[in-house]
Amino acid sequence: MATDTQLDLWEVFIQSKSGLPYIHSGSVHASDVKMAMQNARDIYTRRGEGTSIWVVPAKHISASNPDDNDMLFDPSNDKIYRHPTFYVMPEGAKNI
Amino acid sequence: MTTKDATYNYAIRLGDNALILGHRLSELCSKGPILEEDLALTNVALDMIGRAQALLKYAAELEGKGHTEDDIAYRRAEINYHNHLLIEQPNGDFAHTIARQLYLSVFEYLFFTELEKSKDATLAAIASKTIKEVKYHMQHAIDWSLRLGDGTAESHKRMQKGLNDLWMYTGELFEMDVLDTYLLHQHIAVDTIALKAKWQSEIEKILREATLTLPEDTYMQTGSKKGIHTENLGHILSEMQYLQRAYPDAKW
Repeated sequence: MATDTQLDLWEVFIQSKSGLPYIHSGSVHASDVKMAMQNARDIYTRRGEGTSIWVVPAKHISASNPDDNDMLFDPSNDKIYRHPTFYVMPEGAKNI
Repeated sequence: MTTKDATYNYAIRLGDNALILGHRLSELCSKGPILEEDLALTNVALDMIGRAQALLKYAAELEGKGHTEDDIAYRRAEINYHNHLLIEQPNGDFAHTIARQLYLSVFEYLFFTELEKSKDATLAAIASKTIKEVKYHMQHAIDWSLRLGDGTAESHKRMQKGLNDLWMYTGELFEMDVLDTYLLHQHIAVDTIALKAKWQSEIEKILREATLTLPEDTYMQTGSKKGIHTENLGHILSEMQYLQRAYPDAKW
């Protein structure tokens, strides 16, 4: 595999508004956290997309193995009783 | 000289600084050392174009001849441009660009902090918007100066060369002519002479941390306040004004 010559890889998460979750926006190359932060700001918040940024070194993120998908995710497919759709919702209840 | 005329010329000077630096930095679009830095520098260019637009629009208003900011930006001759000589210098290598950004952004931060107190409400409002942008430009330039200066032998050498080559254009930043002094007495313009010591000690502090040295004092170039430029401005204008000259009032 070709070596990545463009500094370390960082993953970028942007929060669009206070209280909302941070959402993965993409990645940047940078040699240190300061540069990662500036690059993330310049690339992913240029059009007012965010009010807060997280940058995480990509090497510190653990991902599930696609080979384990059957084991990990299939068992949840046929258990509709796990969805809270069997309750009568009181009128006026929001954000459930 | 009326206050209005003087303020018009003052706005043109500040607007030209932003316009020409915006153009210079936009030349780096697609030529940055890495994709991230390409975007960072062109972001700075866009901040400059926005600032130029605000200042030249204000100049057009003061002029009162029905011109727009575009007329002023694209339809003047070289001698009527008043950007600092430092600003029109070519980008050179990346270290050279960063050296120019460092000298300028530290100056601009001090300058706009003072201009925010101007008695002219429009200039003060533009200054307070500009400070936020310049603070970021300055941080970007300082960080890269540290990385390049205290990086490899090659990056150190190039950064020092950029600083040395551009030093002779820094004296002009602090010049005050009749117009500046006239507006200073009316609390509209900034006293740039008063900024010099602070600027130099800031630059010295950054360079020391970056293991670089302040260039030795030399003959300082001057001329832009009279419309006298280095050969570089002509080349910039021939490219920047091409479209308006070849296709006046072109729309798309």
